[in-house]
Amino acid sequence: MENRDFWRWSEDVFVDTSRDWRSANIISCGIDVGSVSSKAVVMLDGMLYAYSIVRTGVNSSESAKKAFIPIEERTGLKLNNCNFIVGTGYGRVNITFANKTITEIACHGKGAHYAGGPKVRTILDMGGQDCKAIHIDSEGKVTNFLMNDKCAAGTGRGLEVLAELLEIPIEEIGPRSFDIDEEPEPVSNVCVVFARAEAYNLLRKGWSKNKVLAAYCRAIAERVCSLIKRIGVEPDFFVSGGISKNIGIVKRVERILGIEAVKSTVDAQIIGALGAAIFAKVLYEKSRG
Amino acid sequence: MIVSFGYMDGSGEYFITVDNSKCVKCASKPCISACPKQILEAITNDYDELVMAVKNEARNRLKEECSVCKPNTGIVNLPCISACPFDAIKHSW
Repeated sequence: MENRDFWRWSEDVFVDTSRDWRSANIISCGIDVGSVSSKAVVMLDGMLYAYSIVRTGVNSSESAKKAFIPIEERTGLKLNNCNFIVGTGYGRVNITFANKTITEIACHGKGAHYAGGPKVRTILDMGGQDCKAIHIDSEGKVTNFLMNDKCAAGTGRGLEVLAELLEIPIEEIGPRSFDIDEEPEPVSNVCVVFARAEAYNLLRKGWSKNKVLAAYCRAIAERVCSLIKRIGVEPDFFVSGGISKNIGIVKRVERILGIEAVKSTVDAQIIGALGAAIFAKVLYEKSRG
Repeated sequence: MIVSFGYMDGSGEYFITVDNSKCVKCASKPCISACPKQILEAITNDYDELVMAVKNEARNRLKEECSVCKPNTGIVNLPCISACPFDAIKHSW
């Protein structure tokens, strides 16, 4: 029998090879140490140059360094070549080499403003172990936010558990949740612990794995929508975080809210680190007067 | 900026919402000393504004922490809300 980790998502690295960091005036870096993934973004004079996404380890400081390594390997750029580094995310206080730390809320605001355009007003960030609803103004400044990090229901970690339970690769959960005859009612409990028992019961009743996925994705969508409705949804609407890659949830969120999410110009999992890199450039310019 | 501290779980939604545009005008922040559980603090936020926030360790325990002031259902005259001269604080439950 095949022995694999169904929860394991792909780590990623991107470099804009048409540009050379050695000719840049300002090299700004943002590092987002999340609870499940760590992301590093490098911008050259305010334009995205490189990013990497790796899994967060037990040590936040090491995870931050680890996130930068794929960029260093591809480009030769080292952390000490960066003019300014901003740390963000759950583990930001442990990024010892960062010049400044900023909350992921403010960074997601800036990042979504860059990746989704100046009309973005509402952001839904679905991360590894929390979910945030954020309102921003035309400058990307946060005007209202709400976060739920008490419960893992509706988060990336919850989906990892489901992937493992149903033995379905995590990247296939979204597409497969639409491969059904009819949309089922949502599961009654999205709690990561109780969802296991409920999923077993549904499978025992004869539900297909795809139908269970659909019910679970719908339950998560309804849960995050209740969060975002608390602050109100104003177009344009942007989805960030790792779960933004799961179309099974994003499409259902769009359906419930009756609004289509803006397409991100970059991988929406790096939005927090991207915002941190944008802040880093501004802070560096400010420090030079 | 309007900031909501708290959480939602199977039992309900527990948020303390602070309107920073009002809070920033208040230098003394009497809400902090008014809280009998001392779960409020003054912080400098990402935009360099001195504002009130719920302490990190209390954010996911609001239902329990605030029960001292509202043992029964329904919002009464809560010390933090009463102390705020700018009507900047709201409880969701």
